[in-house]
Amino acid sequence: MSKFKKKKGGDLPAISTASLPDIVFMLLFFFMVATVMRQNTLMIENNLPFADQVEKLDKKDLVMYIYAGKPSSNYKSTYGTEARIQLNDKFAEVSEIPAFIAAERASKREELIPFLTTALKVDSDANMGLVTDIKQELRKVNALKINYTTKKGDALQGLKN
Amino acid sequence: MAKRSAPEVNAGSMADIAFLLLIFFLVTTTIETDSGLNRKLPPIDDTEQEDVIIKEKNIFQLNVNKNNQLFLKTGGEEKVIQIKDLRKAAVAFLDNGGGTGPDACKRCQGKKNPRSSDNFDKAIISLQSDRATKYDTYIAVQNEIIAAYNTLRNREFERSFPNLGMSFVEAEKRYSDPRTPSAEKAKLKDKIEEIKILIPQKFSEAEPKKSN
Repeated sequence: MSKFKKKKGGDLPAISTASLPDIVFMLLFFFMVATVMRQNTLMIENNLPFADQVEKLDKKDLVMYIYAGKPSSNYKSTYGTEARIQLNDKFAEVSEIPAFIAAERASKREELIPFLTTALKVDSDANMGLVTDIKQELRKVNALKINYTTKKGDALQGLKN
Repeated sequence: MAKRSAPEVNAGSMADIAFLLLIFFLVTTTIETDSGLNRKLPPIDDTEQEDVIIKEKNIFQLNVNKNNQLFLKTGGEEKVIQIKDLRKAAVAFLDNGGGTGPDACKRCQGKKNPRSSDNFDKAIISLQSDRATKYDTYIAVQNEIIAAYNTLRNREFERSFPNLGMSFVEAEKRYSDPRTPSAEKAKLKDKIEEIKILIPQKFSEAEPKKSN
């Protein structure tokens, strides 16, 4: 009997998923290329302020990063809520900055040392006192090129007060 | 014997594997911001220095207090100023051109108020902040001051080199772009330097004072 049963044209043919891997691979390659692995795990809140007169930092290997801000929620219980400095992967005191700069300089080729820039990634809620202390330490070790890292946007709109 | 066709590899799980990798990279990706305001710190100089006498009219004195309010003292006036008005005020101050004789400013287009700055070279912007000032306010003020300088530099750059068809900021960006050919870089360098000498960024930052 089934011999005579005609195949119903009504049910839809299954959508071919053969190209799905291709699409996913395309996305995968995009993200693989775009990914910059984070050098440091941030232990602080780092909500950068906005500015619109920004210049780009080109050579990534010539940049030393100093982070500052309030300890993030995991570390609040041990480190309190006062804004702190983070160098590499740990909290640091202002007095540790010269040693950090010296270590960074030692890891670079000698002829590149004058081109080193210090990028200050400071949380917008931090106080100027901390930033000034950092700047004083940097002046002491003659690391004079600095960059206040900011997000691109309207500086006035970013202000919360 | 009949030729046996090789069995097809089941590629059904390929999408799953790719998804897994994709999700890994999605999670680890952080698009890092790598732009900001470039500044130079003054070197520490221990040698005794003579005090330089600067006329008060050439100073644009800004003071940010611990409540993030901006206080401006220039041209014999003292007032509280909003950050949004700062750029205009700074441009007016720098562009004033009130100098006479050897201090006269040929390229200034300002009001020539004798109580404000003499020329681009003499005009100094000074910023003092409190230790309790919030960082984002400080950045906003810095941003506005740089913007004021860039406005004037753009104007003068376009006046000096109108056939280049770009502004000072664009020229500088082009100059620092590693993909720009070196012949063009060499050409741009002199022009950028010329404008930088014409309108130097004389910006002094006093160490912040303690708030009580």
